[in-house]
Amino acid sequence: MENTYPSLPHKGVRPSLRKRLLPIGRRAWTRLLIKLSGLAVLLLAWGLITGLGYVAPSQLPSPIATLQTMSHMLGDGSLVVHALSSLKRVFLGFAVAFAIALPLGLMLGSSRLLRDAINPIVELLRPIPPLAFISLAILWLGIDEWSKISIIIYGAFFPLLLNITGGISQVDPVHIRAAQSLGAGKLHIFWHVTLRAAIPNMMIGIRSGMGMAFICLVGSELIAANEGLGFLIQEGRYMFKTDQVLVGMITIGIIGYFINLLLTTLEKLLLRWK
Amino acid sequence: MNFAKGVDLTLHEGTPILSFEGVTVAFKSPGHSADRPVLSRLKLTVDEGEFICLLGPSGCGKTTLLNCVAGFQPYEGNIYYNGARIEKPGKERGVVFQEYALFPWFTVEQNVEFGLRVNGVQASERKERARHYIEMVGLAGFEKHYPGKLSGGMKQRAGLARVLANEPGILLMDEPFAALDEQTREKLQAELLGLWEQQRKTCLFVTHSIQEAVYLADRVIVLQPNPARIALDLRIDLPRLRNRHDERLLQFQSRISDALREGERPYGEHLSVITA
Repeated sequence: MENTYPSLPHKGVRPSLRKRLLPIGRRAWTRLLIKLSGLAVLLLAWGLITGLGYVAPSQLPSPIATLQTMSHMLGDGSLVVHALSSLKRVFLGFAVAFAIALPLGLMLGSSRLLRDAINPIVELLRPIPPLAFISLAILWLGIDEWSKISIIIYGAFFPLLLNITGGISQVDPVHIRAAQSLGAGKLHIFWHVTLRAAIPNMMIGIRSGMGMAFICLVGSELIAANEGLGFLIQEGRYMFKTDQVLVGMITIGIIGYFINLLLTTLEKLLLRWK
Repeated sequence: MNFAKGVDLTLHEGTPILSFEGVTVAFKSPGHSADRPVLSRLKLTVDEGEFICLLGPSGCGKTTLLNCVAGFQPYEGNIYYNGARIEKPGKERGVVFQEYALFPWFTVEQNVEFGLRVNGVQASERKERARHYIEMVGLAGFEKHYPGKLSGGMKQRAGLARVLANEPGILLMDEPFAALDEQTREKLQAELLGLWEQQRKTCLFVTHSIQEAVYLADRVIVLQPNPARIALDLRIDLPRLRNRHDERLLQFQSRISDALREGERPYGEHLSVITA
């Protein structure tokens, strides 16, 4: 009859050993396992198809061969060099696009007149895929670094601009009124109300802009590049190194995954109130 | 004259804090070339410390009237608050909104501090005052909560604390309890009166509920639409807290509903009554 005794008041119950070692619950582990098993099935299918000789290794190398190429390229540092030069382009392009889209979006978002004036231009340019600008980029900027980056800038720009504009223009007028009647001036309202209210939309713009930057990356590296993940994929095709093509693709996938993870974490941090 | 039935002039000992002189507001109405007048040459005087309920059917212009005082709505004519014409929103006229209008990205504490912050009050004093008013509205312990996590009643408490912390001269409330369930509404009504007894701030409270009006107000002003006219200006000099089933309260209620029913007559007929 132990449990009829009044329990002793302790300062804090020590969590079980398992919980202390693994700070996430059993449920989360099960989910992680399920997620990983999906990946495992894909790898297994890939391994079976290649292992049983249904496709030639020149068409699709086995996962093990691909992994070997990857570890080899990691070992000699070439993969890191390619990845870094691609990342540099993506981030530089994204940063420039953001630097232009932010003030422009703030302006367009707060003025209906400006929106009406600029909208037709935006709507005409937006359906043109960034890769269609490669020829112009080469004609105008040559084949150096900035012609590649300009494609990325263009690609990231519209998702950023449209979402920033949308966020700013959709601020609930009742929040502006509340702020006004509490004595807030224009600057305070802009900083504490308009900008804060626009953050959810801005984050959508940042995420899709970053996505576009990666999409444009491979295309932009078609322009006389001699390093970069897109270049790796191109070169792999010319030289019939299908494993190198796959390594380039997988690396882009992994980098994209982690950048998205970073952005979702940032979003959660900024939007704790949601 | 403006001395409508029910106004006992001997009770008018206060000093006017708010006065409306020939206030006119017209909205563009779709399909009509002429603007639809919502308020037309309205006259009204509000004394310091009065609790006034503006009562009327939807679309009668009561919210427009309140928005004019808040400074949200441009108007013709003059509205004077403490002798100065109202031109734009100001912190001396605090507004409590029906939809709460709390900033969802700020915690309860940050919301309550907002007015002080934008008016340059030091952080330490800000904290102190926010704590005081949060406690006053019964939200102690919820300082760090975001509005999205609060119930409607708690949101409106926070909205009230945010306005009170700014220490305005007049409280403008636009159907603040209309979105709440009955029990919460009655509870908040009683609590609002408790706060009002402490502070004796002038209140302009818009409602469409007769019961709410007679329970809260010193003076109920019944508005009739198209354009808004004062159909009844009724002083309710019963001590608080009032019993909702008090016989005298019920009598006031029936006088108000009579005045409201007047307006259901055809427009032309009413016009002839006035001009007669």
